[in-house]
Amino acid sequence: MKKGTKYALILGAIPFVTLVFALPLVNRIHPVVLGLPFLLFWILTWVILTPFILFLAYVLEKKFNPPDKGEDN
Amino acid sequence: MSLALIIIFAVILISSLVGVYAGRNVEMNLENWTVGGRRFGIIIIWLLMAGEIYTTFTFLGASGWAYSKGAPAFYILIYGALAYTLSFFILPLIWKLGKRFNLHTQPDFFIQIYNSRSLGVLVAVIGVLSIIPYLQLQLTGLGFIVKVASNGAISSQAAILMSFVLTCAFVYTSGLKGAAWVAVIKDVLMLAAVFIVGIGVPLIYFGSFGKMFSVLIDKMPEHLIFPGATANMDVLWVMSTVLLTAMGFYMWPHVFGSAFSAKSDKIIKRNAIIMPFYQIPIVLIFFVGFTALLVIPGLENGDLSFLALVNQTYPAWFMGFVGAAGAVTAMVPAAILVLFAATLVAKNIYKTGFKPEAGEESVMRLSRFMVLVMMALGLVFAIFFPNELVNLLILGYDGVCQFFPGVILGLFWKKASRNGVFWGIISGVGIVALLILSGNDPFLGINAGFVGLVVNAAVAVIISSLTGSKIIGEKKNA
Repeated sequence: MKKGTKYALILGAIPFVTLVFALPLVNRIHPVVLGLPFLLFWILTWVILTPFILFLAYVLEKKFNPPDKGEDN
Repeated sequence: MSLALIIIFAVILISSLVGVYAGRNVEMNLENWTVGGRRFGIIIIWLLMAGEIYTTFTFLGASGWAYSKGAPAFYILIYGALAYTLSFFILPLIWKLGKRFNLHTQPDFFIQIYNSRSLGVLVAVIGVLSIIPYLQLQLTGLGFIVKVASNGAISSQAAILMSFVLTCAFVYTSGLKGAAWVAVIKDVLMLAAVFIVGIGVPLIYFGSFGKMFSVLIDKMPEHLIFPGATANMDVLWVMSTVLLTAMGFYMWPHVFGSAFSAKSDKIIKRNAIIMPFYQIPIVLIFFVGFTALLVIPGLENGDLSFLALVNQTYPAWFMGFVGAAGAVTAMVPAAILVLFAATLVAKNIYKTGFKPEAGEESVMRLSRFMVLVMMALGLVFAIFFPNELVNLLILGYDGVCQFFPGVILGLFWKKASRNGVFWGIISGVGIVALLILSGNDPFLGINAGFVGLVVNAAVAVIISSLTGSKIIGEKKNA
């Protein structure tokens, strides 16, 4: 596997870890953060961070994977 | 005629005219009609996909779920972010195959990859059956919104009928491009309504979001964690449901097909990055539902909470604005749904299944005709059985999810075979139908669709291992 793809996949796993597998651990109201119950705060935070994580994955893919030579089929 | 009515009529009419206008000077062949000539750039793709995602279900359902179910509603916020993350990795590959083999639809993809017409027909049939309740839900939602927003002056049926005619008009003339143009209007109105109401109502009634939540935490803390006000939507249900819906999201024939309309795979990738931003306003819709729960508790139908609260808080003309936004929000997804359902019937059921020698022109003609048929079906269901298809929608969602293993295995596993995928889909859909119709959803706390998906993937892998390798079909127009 190309190095950039590997980095991208690792980054892509983050939303799944935080928004699926961590849910049993964050199913709570306290502490209330920024006025939001903790569960909603946690979910909203990671939803907002997801585009930035994907952007980083995009940048790393570009940096470490050799550019396509035209159509790469 | 009241100001609210004038606003509703004006918006619906202008939007439709814009949709019809979008198709001027474009020669309508299948390529232009279904995938916009594969010329869409980043902004129009973003608006189009957002147009498909923000439906009346988001509008009414997210606030309704927050109101009557509580925390389980958060799944709506989560699954989108996961779906876009998946799409970042998968959609560019699908686009490339689409470009290389000139594919228009999801069944085209299956036919190409597995070199199997019967698999294509199966995918098309399940796709169409899944789309019909989704389409019906848009029309029912539209009728409902316009009726409430016009204070009963326009009946549901009249609103549905009017939007039926106008939506058919712009799909018929302009295809996907028409829907994309109307999506621009819809997104602006919809977002304006969501921001104004979502930020507005907690401030008006409580002074701040924080104060609204502290009252809610005081009064009903359980509402804000899983399983909320429900008996069977606990953490396990949420986890299985967000995984399932994230995987199923791009498996809807119309969402899958929209990926082909992009100009390049880079556009698709960049689109995946910015899509999650579109997810954030959903939290504001939750705020509306929560505020409504405190201010107007005891509504029998939670889906009314958004409109009921707006009605109580804002002047009548603003209600007209929300009604107009809601109506266009139903029309855009309805247009896209009907377009793809029609194409599936014409290209992948009629041509692939019965008349492989049919020329492009006759497929195109049949597609256009099927727009009217599909829309009429949705209309009949919406008017005569407005409440009975919600369960079928769940079945539809769980149904399209069953395409996921076939797509993934086809892209990444050389040994995936047509028989494996065919029987995988059959067993997945069978299990889902059995569990839902027998009242076993969730099954042991897990979403029934997820159970079907696991069985489906297992069957596909086992049969593929036994029956040998797939052949990537090299025929240009399979």
